[in-house]
Amino acid sequence: MSAQSHREVHVDSTTPIDNRGAPAPRAGLARRLWSSPVLRKNLGAAAGLLAVFILFTVLLAITRGLSFADPDNLETILRQTTIVAVAALGATIVIVSGGIDLSVGAVIALATVVIAGLLHAGAPPALAALGGLAAGLACGALNGLLVTRLRVVPFIVTLGTMLLVRGVAKGLAHDQKIDAPTSWLNELLARLPASRAWLLFPAGVWLLFLLAFAVGGLLLYTRLGRHIFAVGSNEQAARLCGIPVPRVKLAVYLLGGFLAGAAGLMQFSRLTVGDPTGANGLELNVIAAVVIGGGSLSGGEGSVTGALIGALIMQTLQSGCSQMGWPNWVQEIVTGAIIVAAVALDRFRHRRTA
Amino acid sequence: MRGVKKRFGATQALGGVDLVVAPGEVHALLGQNGAGKSTLMKVLSGAERPDAGEMRIDGDAYAPADPQAARRAGVAMIYQELSLAPHLTVTENILLGVEPVRRGLLDRAAMRDRAARALAELQHPTIRPDAVAGALPIAAQQIVEIARAVAVGCRVLVLDEPTSSLAQADAEALFALIARLRAQGHAIIYITHFIEEAQRLADRFTVLRDGQSVGGGPMAAATVPEIVDLMVGRRVEQLYPRGARTRGAPLLEVTDLAGAPKPIRASFALHRGEVLGIAGLVGAGRTELLRALAGLDPIVSGRVKLGAYSGSATPSLRWAQGMALVSENRKEEGLALGLSVADNLTLSKLPALVRPSALRPLTARWIAELDVRCQGPDQPIGELSGGNQQKIAIARLLHHGVDVLLLDEPTRGIDVASKAQIYDLIDGLVTRESPPKAVLMVSSYLPELLGVCDRIAVMCRGRLGPARPASAWTEASLVHEAALGSDTDSEAA
Repeated sequence: MSAQSHREVHVDSTTPIDNRGAPAPRAGLARRLWSSPVLRKNLGAAAGLLAVFILFTVLLAITRGLSFADPDNLETILRQTTIVAVAALGATIVIVSGGIDLSVGAVIALATVVIAGLLHAGAPPALAALGGLAAGLACGALNGLLVTRLRVVPFIVTLGTMLLVRGVAKGLAHDQKIDAPTSWLNELLARLPASRAWLLFPAGVWLLFLLAFAVGGLLLYTRLGRHIFAVGSNEQAARLCGIPVPRVKLAVYLLGGFLAGAAGLMQFSRLTVGDPTGANGLELNVIAAVVIGGGSLSGGEGSVTGALIGALIMQTLQSGCSQMGWPNWVQEIVTGAIIVAAVALDRFRHRRTA
Repeated sequence: MRGVKKRFGATQALGGVDLVVAPGEVHALLGQNGAGKSTLMKVLSGAERPDAGEMRIDGDAYAPADPQAARRAGVAMIYQELSLAPHLTVTENILLGVEPVRRGLLDRAAMRDRAARALAELQHPTIRPDAVAGALPIAAQQIVEIARAVAVGCRVLVLDEPTSSLAQADAEALFALIARLRAQGHAIIYITHFIEEAQRLADRFTVLRDGQSVGGGPMAAATVPEIVDLMVGRRVEQLYPRGARTRGAPLLEVTDLAGAPKPIRASFALHRGEVLGIAGLVGAGRTELLRALAGLDPIVSGRVKLGAYSGSATPSLRWAQGMALVSENRKEEGLALGLSVADNLTLSKLPALVRPSALRPLTARWIAELDVRCQGPDQPIGELSGGNQQKIAIARLLHHGVDVLLLDEPTRGIDVASKAQIYDLIDGLVTRESPPKAVLMVSSYLPELLGVCDRIAVMCRGRLGPARPASAWTEASLVHEAALGSDTDSEAA
């Protein structure tokens, strides 16, 4: 099939065609790890996480004699990260495609309301959980259809649906919190009882890992995933290559909505009530997590690993600050500074390699 | 400029460039892509500082710290990609950065006055100073940029490939303008790929190759082959290779095709084993024809028969039917610059489950076969030179295994060596493949059309003339028909 098959071609696929700038080959696992793009791209974010972690470990040990690296504390941080992390998985997909979803916080609130409402009405917990996910999916469908059919930019569409969905949640809940009978849903993010310590983490954290693997696999190893990167990197080129751009975008917002619904399930598990005013402004934390992890708001860049690290960095900061006894406003200043610094560093790295 | 050097890391981008330009002279700067033209521009404009060497203007040392300083010293750049603020008015653009201020407020009257004077000086008083820059045609936007240079009293004007986005008539107007600026005593550096343009305009020339000035002198004393040899550094034996071509069965038959708003009417048949060229002016509707065929733009009426299929189709259906487009606009439409070589190559043909490790050797094969210079399949394609990017853009179609290749300006903005490789590649598609493929090629570069194509048709104002053998055309007859339309067409009309 080749254009010039008469030419003798010898290719060794392991050798760079032109060796300039390629890392010096090292044997064995270290080299394989180094050449793994997932690891190399997230090195900066991981180093940031480590730095924040070590900082608080030292600070807490010196000033208060507390152990930040205590397994219990680590587990707590992980549990608290889960809500933002699950939503950040969805936001990663959306941001890689060159879009943005501002309705995440409102969708989470709606999902908690739906779940609590269903439980209150006597539905079994599994059905209630499915109801929350379905609510997320419906919001994603709305976002996706508006973006692809009306051709309005995602920022505006989801700014609108942010208010719209929040309104629906408040309406459904008659402007108050919905109490729900206790069920196993509340254990998703609860500290594990000693009898089940062998699980290491509560089910919700395992669910996060499962979803992260699924989304990461989707982005890297499926046609849809590669198409999402292509649409985010250059929509015109994607169309030229025969990629059904509107269908890809619809899938992106559906997935984003579904994962926001899943984050809502986690939120409900932690709060044990349906709160229509909850998760206010959470979408910004979610976007920040993706961006700290190397996601680019102009699309085509971003990774699940990065987003998870980003979410962990923010939660570690929050935990560290509160254990230091620092007031809330200090946390906010520090978090804001970290977001700007992380992205500035990333840009700097880009410029050097370009 | 004397002995100007610049290195980036391990790459010596400029290794000793000498350039002397006199007032009232148009000096052509020729060279392939990557020869160091753009780096030299950056040094001149103050965007980059040279590592060695010196620059003087009127005998005074010239070492601009930034582009603003260069502008104050009288050096102005007109980049290929125009740099106007599209939402601001013509006046605001012309005086951007040097706005006159009175008592802390913008002096609107003085601004309008200075802008109008600059435009009058260029003999373009028809451009309204209050017009919004983005709404003007490209040619007028270029005039506004030149007016911006004139308004601050520039002495050295640098134009980078200024005709690349202009239609013939606009280019003529630009040439006249350059002649007037020369007469006013401006020193003009004219950067171009087109030797013919340099010969028309320039008094003297300098050729850059691999970051060095390798030759130059009075333009009138040099011939085209001499200059090409200087640019390439070796003799180009056969720029347009031609294997034995056998015309096969018709693959693509187009009857009375019309799009919105162009093409108006196009009919032709493209056979296996032939390269059919389409000439015409920019804006004649050639790109629109290819886009309609590729399913990117809607077809209003007419018939498209591709092999066993007929009717209109979506881009993905066209790929499946075996026809696809290489866009004239690599950066905006052709390639996803942030993604890797492998991603770009395989984008149209991905299995439902993708194993990146399986894509790499596949890509490496094409990299080797088309002699693409890159670090490997994982390198972001935006880091490659234009010629190497274009090879991947074409390889995408070959990898997909299409039969009909729609090539829109396939050698725009790429260096001579890559051009020669792409000509050889196109020839190979119709001679060395079995079964041979069919190529429909749009180009504004007439020697290329005449050299590569078997038959050529000319498009004029949305109407496609009859295809005639390439040997029946000359550059002059192509230009004539592009400007006036074909005789048969005027009979029909």
